[in-house]
Amino acid sequence: MNREDFPILGNGKIYFDNAATTLKPKCVIDAMDKYYLEYTSNIHRGDYDAATITNEKYDNVRNIVSEFINCDSKTVIYTSGATHSLNMVVFGFMRYYLKSGDEVLLNKGEHASNILPWIILSEEIGFKIKYVPLNEDYSLTLDNIKKMVTPNTKVISLAMISNVIGDVRDIKAIGDYCKSNNIIFNVDGAQGIPHMKFDFKDSNVDFLSFSGHKMCGPTGVGILVGRYELLEKMKPIMYGGGMNSFFEEDNSYELKDIPTRFEAGTPAIAEVIGLGEAIKYLMGISMEKIHQQEINLKTYFLEKVKDIDNIIVYNKNVNSGIIAFNIDSVFAQDASMYLNHYGIAVRAGNHCAKMLKDEMNIKNTVRISMYFYNTYEEIDKVIEVLRNSKDIFKVIL
Amino acid sequence: MNSELKREIIFDNYKEPTNRGLVEDSSYLKTNTHSDSCIDNLDFMMKIEDGIIKDIRFDGEACAISTSCASIMIKSFIGKSVDEVRSILTNYINMINEKEYDSSLLGELNVYDEISKQPNRKNCALLPMNAVEKMLENLKN
Repeated sequence: MNREDFPILGNGKIYFDNAATTLKPKCVIDAMDKYYLEYTSNIHRGDYDAATITNEKYDNVRNIVSEFINCDSKTVIYTSGATHSLNMVVFGFMRYYLKSGDEVLLNKGEHASNILPWIILSEEIGFKIKYVPLNEDYSLTLDNIKKMVTPNTKVISLAMISNVIGDVRDIKAIGDYCKSNNIIFNVDGAQGIPHMKFDFKDSNVDFLSFSGHKMCGPTGVGILVGRYELLEKMKPIMYGGGMNSFFEEDNSYELKDIPTRFEAGTPAIAEVIGLGEAIKYLMGISMEKIHQQEINLKTYFLEKVKDIDNIIVYNKNVNSGIIAFNIDSVFAQDASMYLNHYGIAVRAGNHCAKMLKDEMNIKNTVRISMYFYNTYEEIDKVIEVLRNSKDIFKVIL
Repeated sequence: MNSELKREIIFDNYKEPTNRGLVEDSSYLKTNTHSDSCIDNLDFMMKIEDGIIKDIRFDGEACAISTSCASIMIKSFIGKSVDEVRSILTNYINMINEKEYDSSLLGELNVYDEISKQPNRKNCALLPMNAVEKMLENLKN
């Protein structure tokens, strides 16, 4: 659906790599062009007309985000992407919150950006990282989390939807559990927020990170939302212009209020405006419809792929548009090269979840990740190509 | 070499690569090679005696091009002197990068002479060579 909004779809290619980045609708590109063509100016410092427009458009994106996920617009921080957001939580908040002997619960299906910052900080502080075991179908449940919680558990950090398996975690249930056990709940929404309706206030999430470019927005911009009381305790990890009220020779200084104090330097203004446009665009379609379309497409794919003997699908049961599979006895990258030969873009590899191999006994998979603009006809084409994959080496060599 | 023959050589070396599997032997030089742009990840080990390549072995996960290249390379390098191997390396890398090279030195490695037409596969055809280069460089130091 809505294919006509995406100029790039005119190229005849099939794009199934939406978990890596999504395509951009014309309205987003136009909104950014307009900033560059009609009212280029910096934020917060100009008294001229263009600067007023920029300020207004830039600041208004916080309101758009707050409407989109039901959060207080004062708690919306612009970042460069989910990776930046997650690093802010770890190095700006957790560095001062966690103590030696504390425990942080992660799991091996997480993206590098929700594991590596924790490993680095644990070297400094000495807290313990524990990995919640995944179920047989590689999903993560509250029951498994509960089994790992001890009186020392201070933080649970996980993705709303994992990027390899695509399992949808029950954020509301885990959030409620965390709240009643006084555990900070940090959520990586990079794969979740673009695909599902989410309510920040209702879910007892303490920190939420997501990226613009995985939800029809531009690269280089993301969002961190946090509970206000926690943001008050969080320290900036970058200092400079735009985020201070004053600084003096005697080393005294004062930082601006939340959220501005976390946004040092000239931000990605065009990208923030583009992200606002992308969110308005998604809300215009409705997140419920977007999610349903992805599920419909995935169900259709699974039905069609059933009778192809040499295709192994690893995540049949998950409720998202991510399909992890391999062609039997074919290295994942060769499979993705083969699909590329027919103009089909997918991704092969460990998808930045390098520990998942410990749980899956396979290192690499081919990943198809859907978005609402994908079609049943595109799936038919993929199925046809996969059906003929016994001849793969004749094609790729 | 026609493309059917090239494909056959690549496929045979992929399916049954030469010297796949590492051995416990401290007299070998060792290295790992992987690429940022793909998911190939291979370990290599090489034994040199009196300036002659006595053995090269490898293991790991890689695509058809990388795996077959490792296999063909190993067959081509064993028994040659370090200087000969350096010369083959230079000419092979030139071939992949579409520079001037002497094809008479490359033997079966000529099967990759058109890989530059697929820029996303060039790295795969270079990875095993990078490993040997790295081990020879370590030898020099």
